[in-house]
Amino acid sequence: MSETAPAIEVRALRKRYGEYEAVRGIVISVRRGEVFGLLGPNGAGKTTTVEILEGYRARTGGEVSVLGHDPADRAIELRRRIGIVLQSGGIYGHITPREALRHWASFYAHPRSVQEVLSLTGLQPQADVRSRRLSGGQLRRLDLALALVGDPELIFLDEPTTGFDPEARRAAWSAISSLRDLGKTILLTTHYLDEAQALADRVAIIKEGRILAIGPPRELGVGAAHYRVVYRTAGGELVERQTDDVTALLHELTAEALARGERLEELSVARPTLEDVYLELTADA
Amino acid sequence: MPDALALSWRQYRLERRMFWRNPSAAFFNFVLPLLFLAAGGAILSGNQHQLNKLVPAIAAMSVMATTFTALAYNVVFLRERGVLKRIHGTPLPTLSYFAGLAANAVTNAALQIVIVVLAGRALFGIGWPQHAFELIVFVIAGVSCFAGLGVAFAHVIPNFESTAAYVNAVFLPVVFVSFYVFDSRSAPGFLRTIADALPLKPLIEGLSAAIVGGPGLVGNLDQLAVIALWGLFGIIFAVRGFSWESPA
Repeated sequence: MSETAPAIEVRALRKRYGEYEAVRGIVISVRRGEVFGLLGPNGAGKTTTVEILEGYRARTGGEVSVLGHDPADRAIELRRRIGIVLQSGGIYGHITPREALRHWASFYAHPRSVQEVLSLTGLQPQADVRSRRLSGGQLRRLDLALALVGDPELIFLDEPTTGFDPEARRAAWSAISSLRDLGKTILLTTHYLDEAQALADRVAIIKEGRILAIGPPRELGVGAAHYRVVYRTAGGELVERQTDDVTALLHELTAEALARGERLEELSVARPTLEDVYLELTADA
Repeated sequence: MPDALALSWRQYRLERRMFWRNPSAAFFNFVLPLLFLAAGGAILSGNQHQLNKLVPAIAAMSVMATTFTALAYNVVFLRERGVLKRIHGTPLPTLSYFAGLAANAVTNAALQIVIVVLAGRALFGIGWPQHAFELIVFVIAGVSCFAGLGVAFAHVIPNFESTAAYVNAVFLPVVFVSFYVFDSRSAPGFLRTIADALPLKPLIEGLSAAIVGGPGLVGNLDQLAVIALWGLFGIIFAVRGFSWESPA
């Protein structure tokens, strides 16, 4: 298989659970070394899609190739080359991160050093604490650490930062960015626009099992800074303005208000939400 | 490439370590049967005929507790916690994983038999097992049978909270019926039929013959056949119905 072949190739993927069709004809192609984001709300079909690629679920239709394998075959050869962070995966309560990583490392012929993975994921201080005493964020970092210890070429991250505080999210982002710098291919699902924007080279926006758009985040309007500024005038009128340059607009508005001796009641500045992007995309369609 | 046997060994060592770190599991595995033995021994004190029956019965119960009960608990716990799903995504061969899990249960069963036999000798004047070969055959048969049944039974248990209820609903009646019929000559015929068809009483008979002395392996082939049939049934359903993740 050539090195230029896509890491992941998905054509007309379908998945049906009884009457409900969770995935309805998804087509994606992820290049080697790319960070690809699946962006969508809960229930969009992101996890179903990823779990088909990981080999956990059987598809109803379509073609799937992951590093040249059909994941439905569950070849050990494929599992040696991928790392998986599940949306929720448990661990023995009485194991420490260091022990878990040592054990997981033994599954692979050329694992990364446990020490290195502990520092990369920021788990060094908790390395010898039993997992039942770790916080939710620390357990999530252990999830990432266990996925990385086999030094995989391709890493699946299913909502890796859901429930994180902003600081922990930044730390996770920088860990993921450093994986990109190592040349790893990453498939990431998220329902955070800023996460997709910060990490992904390309994004597929997915809703109700279908892809609405694919491209670099900026081209999709995901990153186009349409800030929405809302305020109530002295006359009681609610005004909404959109802008690319929120600093200049706020300066203008506040300067005018001060000059008139008025207050900008209910002033709010909102970044575009996933819903805004959907509305825009569906309106364009 | 790390080979499957080495990985089985590593998994086994991990399971051992996790077992000892969980004090309640260690207690139920080792202390509870000893308490039964002590209580029974106190009641039957001085009656050597009854004590000769008590020790193999407790030994068989220990086999069931360390394999059937412990594996049902373990598998449901690991499944509901998502540990099985995570393991399923790694290159650890499925067979290595189960070899490690089963070997852990087998170790507990073997340790338990040793403890019961030693306690029986020290406290109740039961001699060393009469037939070592027979003992080994019945322990292996009993352990494989109840281990398979334990994993198979885990498929029926919908969530971790209800595990104790499900397990005890099977374990306690089977133990009571089997002990009663084994002990009493006057047990009603239908109870006798039930106990003979279940795997625990045949295991008690086999262990009794091996430890205290009895008809010997050839005389107990029918008992061995019942255990083997249940074992076959258990292992087939353990493999066929296996689920790596919580159904919810």
